[in-house]
Amino acid sequence: MSKTQNAIISSVRTVMGWVPAQWLPGGTPDPLIERRAAIGRQASRLDGPLKVAGEARFAAEVAMDRLCYAALVHSPVTRGRITRLDTGAAETAPGVILVMTHRTMPRIGTLPLIGITDLSAVGNSSIPIMLDAEIRYNGQVVAAVVAETQEQADHAASLIEIDYAIDAARTRFQDARPDARTPASLLMDKNHVSIGNAERELKRAPHRVDNMYRTPAQNHNAIELHAVTAAWEGDSLVLHDATQMIAPSAAALAKLFGLKREQVRVLSPFVGGGFGGKGLWDHQIVAIAAARLAGRPLRLMLSREGVYRMIGGRSPSEQRVAIGADAEGRFTALLHTGYSVMPPYGACPEPYTLGTRALYGARSFEIMQRHLDLDIVPNTFMRAPGEAIGSFAVESAIDELAHAMGVDPIALRLRNLPERHPISGAPFSQHALGQAYAEGAKRFGWDRRHAEPGTVREGEWRIGMGCATGSFPYARMPGANVRITLRGDGTAVIACSAQEMGMGTATVQAQHAADRLGLPLEAISVELGDSALPAAPMAGGSSQTASIAGAIAAAATKLAGELLRLAGNDSPIAGLRAGEVQLVEEGIASIADPTRRESYRSILARAAREAIAVTAAGSAPLEFLKFAMHSSSAIFCELRVSAVTGEVRVDRLLGSFDCGTILNPKTAASQFRGGMIMGLGLALMEETLFDERSGRIMNPSLADYHIPAHLDVPEIDVIWTGIPDPRSPLGARGIGEIGITGVAAAVANAVFNATGKRIRDLPITLDKLL
Amino acid sequence: MAIRINGSDVAVPDDARVSLLDLLREGLHLTGTKVGCNQGACGACTVLIDGQRVLSCLTLAAQADGRSVTTIEGLGSGSDLHPLQVAFIEHDGFQCGYCTPGQICAAAAMLREVEAGIPSYVTADLAAERLTLSREEVRERMSGNLCRCGAHNGIVEAILRVAAEHAA
Repeated sequence: MSKTQNAIISSVRTVMGWVPAQWLPGGTPDPLIERRAAIGRQASRLDGPLKVAGEARFAAEVAMDRLCYAALVHSPVTRGRITRLDTGAAETAPGVILVMTHRTMPRIGTLPLIGITDLSAVGNSSIPIMLDAEIRYNGQVVAAVVAETQEQADHAASLIEIDYAIDAARTRFQDARPDARTPASLLMDKNHVSIGNAERELKRAPHRVDNMYRTPAQNHNAIELHAVTAAWEGDSLVLHDATQMIAPSAAALAKLFGLKREQVRVLSPFVGGGFGGKGLWDHQIVAIAAARLAGRPLRLMLSREGVYRMIGGRSPSEQRVAIGADAEGRFTALLHTGYSVMPPYGACPEPYTLGTRALYGARSFEIMQRHLDLDIVPNTFMRAPGEAIGSFAVESAIDELAHAMGVDPIALRLRNLPERHPISGAPFSQHALGQAYAEGAKRFGWDRRHAEPGTVREGEWRIGMGCATGSFPYARMPGANVRITLRGDGTAVIACSAQEMGMGTATVQAQHAADRLGLPLEAISVELGDSALPAAPMAGGSSQTASIAGAIAAAATKLAGELLRLAGNDSPIAGLRAGEVQLVEEGIASIADPTRRESYRSILARAAREAIAVTAAGSAPLEFLKFAMHSSSAIFCELRVSAVTGEVRVDRLLGSFDCGTILNPKTAASQFRGGMIMGLGLALMEETLFDERSGRIMNPSLADYHIPAHLDVPEIDVIWTGIPDPRSPLGARGIGEIGITGVAAAVANAVFNATGKRIRDLPITLDKLL
Repeated sequence: MAIRINGSDVAVPDDARVSLLDLLREGLHLTGTKVGCNQGACGACTVLIDGQRVLSCLTLAAQADGRSVTTIEGLGSGSDLHPLQVAFIEHDGFQCGYCTPGQICAAAAMLREVEAGIPSYVTADLAAERLTLSREEVRERMSGNLCRCGAHNGIVEAILRVAAEHAA
């Protein structure tokens, strides 16, 4: 996140600008964009039968002989140090095997923080884990009790006595502002963008808005608790973990515990929801160390309160958005600045201004984020980090400007859609937000909206409509490897360490492989979730599908070469090169003359091979350094606000998406809806409440932190343009995170349309509407 | 002292602190019943006791003594799936699959509650002879089972479909 990084990335982008597009990945569009059979089908999830029967095994569900259980003790103070530690009563409690504190914790290093230069750096916190007496945040783990049963461990944990010397702690967002830091970069982008003189343009503009927007801290709240089952086998470690970073975790743990990479195996075939929260945190390290000391396999499942207290969530933010527009509504100034929390020992900069750089053109820009340092569990990536809350501020501001100018908010947005990326000037690979708006508005019945707020009533209910743009960048990760095993019976196995957290990874990649290899869907099986398989990157940044797809495509090309070699001189395909053939109809055929073909079965039988296996990595993902690659969406909301209680009920929600090829309409619609529902939570109810005096979370339970329940969720309509992106594998861009973006603003804009009240402070709870 | 679990008798554990949830998961390896909060807020641990939906995390194993417990494993498995299990797959009523067993167990009991004429917060006509299972009724009656992936629409659709087939 340094100036050096800015310089390197900027020069790579410059060079990419000179490189002809056809030399880059996607230079020739993926042939499967035009040739799809299994892709695009409404296939049901391959893991469906296991999941509905309760037979999918999650991390805390692996049976083991001599398994013992751990319970954790959390610090109730925010800043200070342990001065007295009495573990005597706990150690002699029934069933207790050992108590581990900073006195007995094996000496290990600290985790390198998640970064873009080292893919095995996946730490969310660089604070030493139970290695000293220092307390850095409220909830920090200070002791672990290991016992024969969970009940015994839980009870013994309550017997540990600890005294603390308490130091002054930084716990107030507002008090930290004078010491705010200005980072040089945000993930891969420069932090500060200044084009023209935006403040001057804003003052001169005939139309302008200039407001502050606030969003609270939030937690992922995957229903599966963070859990790990750790077993040492000699000097090798087997870890059944609930994680969205299987191979990177295995690499990081090997380094941390001084092991060889092949001595650590992380298994995570199913994850009960991740959303950014299921990374590498303190609990895995503590469990591994305690299992080592106990000399037995050990299970640790965090309590729900424990998840809130030691797994960070989304940072709160305070954002200024100002827009100036000329008489025609063209933006002359776009300013987006603000504050969020990022302690120096954390990894996530909550990049809420990144979306703003790509969406609208303007004559001048001023964009910059500042980080506040609080003594707090380090915040991390949560579904659409940045865009989810940044889009709330910007898309609310545009609605405010449209209202002030007396123009339709969709028309105002379309008037400012850029031809090229507004900051870098890079061409878009594919971009049809205008079409998404047109189709969404028609289907939703936007023309029935009354522009004047507060004019539609039904009894006590005020009714309103709102819309907003959502966006999320495309990403494909380097280092994605896949093994294809083609068997003599005409079936194939796709294997890599990728993660399945409900996105439908296995299902969609099976569909992909079927088309890529020219096999029926039933002939494909997919193995995931094991670091012993070829390494895949973490599931993050909506990048997994494109990353794995790129690797399968590369492996298929390698397979074609291997088959040609194996087929030899007696085959109808003899003499052809890899670039001259395609894999179709259960065999390999000349592209120029499809009658020259031989089936896989025939090639393998003649070579007396039961199977052939190839492993390949996807090409370097240079396409998104040359092109501006973004998914976007138009979100529409209709809701009611009670004039009596201030209660908001969302009646209709529609998402119109422009995300490239949709690989499986059934699972894709679920991804979109899932994101949009989390967006309803963001808009209306979700908030992690910190007691600013003590730094302790006040609502660490699903009873007090509200997420949308069935009655809060209307039927959600989802449509898409389906226009393939010519630069990406399969023409697809990620869809895991875009669903949440834009929803909070669409809801806030609908609330304004219903009531005339502009809420700039999430969540929009009823007290703010009375 | 015994608990009948999916048709087999199981001894009540010696440790009185053991919840029904922990007996199922840790004692019997019936891990289809999930743990999401251990405090009755999420519904992931829903099982049926004598046909009624119960949060197994808030039920001590000893309280189930002499009663009949059905977990997701007892509802259907392999090629013999319960109609709700089939409908959840067809309507994509889950993503990660973690809240799913609880949703399905709750739905099975909920449909019987409706048949028995038990009204809900959104029931408009409390005097009606027969309850009509509207979308709104399903949403209200299933609100004790949280889903974070956002499969709500598919879950409701799957339940309505099974209810309609049952009525037909």
